[in-house]
Amino acid sequence: MEKLLSEFSIGLFFWQTVIFVCLIFLLKKYAWKPILDSVNEREEGIKNALLSAEKAKEEMASLQSDNEQTLKKARLERDGLLKEAREIKQKLIDDAKNEASAEAKKILIQAQETIKSEKNAAIVDLKNQVANLSVEIAEKVLKEKLSNDKSQMELVKELVKDVSLK
Amino acid sequence: MKNFIKLFPIITLFFVGSFYLQASFEINTKETNSKGSKKSEIKEYINHHLKDSHSYSLTSYTDEQTGKKVYIEIPLPVILYDNGFHFFMSSSLKHGKKVVESDGNYYKLNYHDSKIYKTNKQGVFNFDENHHPTNYAPLDFSITKNIATIILVAILMFLLFRSLAKSFISNNGISKGIGRFFEPIILYIRDDIAIPNIGEKKYKDYMSFLLTVFFFIWFLNMLGLTPLGVNVTGNIAVTFSLALLTFLITNLTANKNYWGHIFWMPGVPMLIKIVLAPIELLGVFIKPFSLLIRLYANIQAGHIVLYSLIGLMFIFNNMIGSSLSFVLAFFISIIEILVALLQAYIFTMLSALYFGFAVAEEDH
Repeated sequence: MEKLLSEFSIGLFFWQTVIFVCLIFLLKKYAWKPILDSVNEREEGIKNALLSAEKAKEEMASLQSDNEQTLKKARLERDGLLKEAREIKQKLIDDAKNEASAEAKKILIQAQETIKSEKNAAIVDLKNQVANLSVEIAEKVLKEKLSNDKSQMELVKELVKDVSLK
Repeated sequence: MKNFIKLFPIITLFFVGSFYLQASFEINTKETNSKGSKKSEIKEYINHHLKDSHSYSLTSYTDEQTGKKVYIEIPLPVILYDNGFHFFMSSSLKHGKKVVESDGNYYKLNYHDSKIYKTNKQGVFNFDENHHPTNYAPLDFSITKNIATIILVAILMFLLFRSLAKSFISNNGISKGIGRFFEPIILYIRDDIAIPNIGEKKYKDYMSFLLTVFFFIWFLNMLGLTPLGVNVTGNIAVTFSLALLTFLITNLTANKNYWGHIFWMPGVPMLIKIVLAPIELLGVFIKPFSLLIRLYANIQAGHIVLYSLIGLMFIFNNMIGSSLSFVLAFFISIIEILVALLQAYIFTMLSALYFGFAVAEEDH
């Protein structure tokens, strides 16, 4: 102990304390604070990055499910549209067919009527012509027959014979 | 890192080798020495190495022609306070062989305890019965070998961690180069020493001290293992200063709860409260005292063992014994490298623990 105390140098103690305290404050200002701050900052950065990555992952998942739903909906809609289109097509075809057949029927009926009326007109015309022809023939025959007075008289006689006075 | 691990034993071997060479210059100079005087010479060599010195001596040898000891060293400034400051360079002391005159006063270095005493013009020491000089010793504020090393380490640490901070800032929080090696250590001190002991809330206030003290002790311990041969953390004044700071920070930042636990322990009977108070109060001083003794004793002991083993090579002075103690010295220095880190860790860890006591919230 006595040896220890005799070895104790006040000068060394003094300088050691002064230099060491100065070193603490210098290093605090120029080294430890910037180092620890930037380490903290880095750790915060890593933490934040991990959190945001997790968040992005979740968002991605929700986005994907959203996408799937939209796709499903779109598919359903497409199916519906296709079905509707097919129905419309069928209906259009059916309608057209119906209309066409109705029109055809109508045209047929009209044609028949026309034919009928034409036929009637032709019959009347024919009748008239036959009548005219027969009158003309009769006229011509009569004219022939009555070309001489004898035959005229005979006829008159005959006619008169038929006509009895009552 | 792998290369570093491969290089590690080679570096250690190199260090032990240069210790040997250094010692061989200083010890094995006189061929005619008998074993007894060689032993005492080694003892003095070790003792001298453990002490602080006024110059940065790298090695010394005895000139064969003149028979004088020649020192290869860097002179350091001597600052004495004796009714005003006195400055001169340590080279003028000539290792206690010359009296230095400064402003009308005469000073001389006593080689045996490496202290400077005020003497008369002839430089006469008056010794007491224990062979201690009774001359007046002025207050010595010299930049000694240890202080020069402390300044060197402080500058080194400042530059190192400043550059680490800069690389952090310029690289968006990613370290570069040598910072890659120190960054995990800094994070370890924060995550495994400061936060578990002090708590999430208050640890930030103590981080600067813990980080500085850890690296400071570690670097100085490591420097003590290099052939520079400094023994800073094995010096009681240095460890006292470090432990004093832990003591002051603990007690100046302590909350009501801490003092409550010392003077009026809650949850125990009245009589025990009275008995516990002085014990707890004593504990306040014993805790940092254990810090200073632990660090001092570990590093001092490590140096003594290492230097003794190197000294043994000269005692054996044959192939088998000397190479055996060389191998032993090699392994001891590897263990010392571990101790260097371990002691820095323990000092930091216990400081953090004491700070944790000081700021603990009442939760039971």
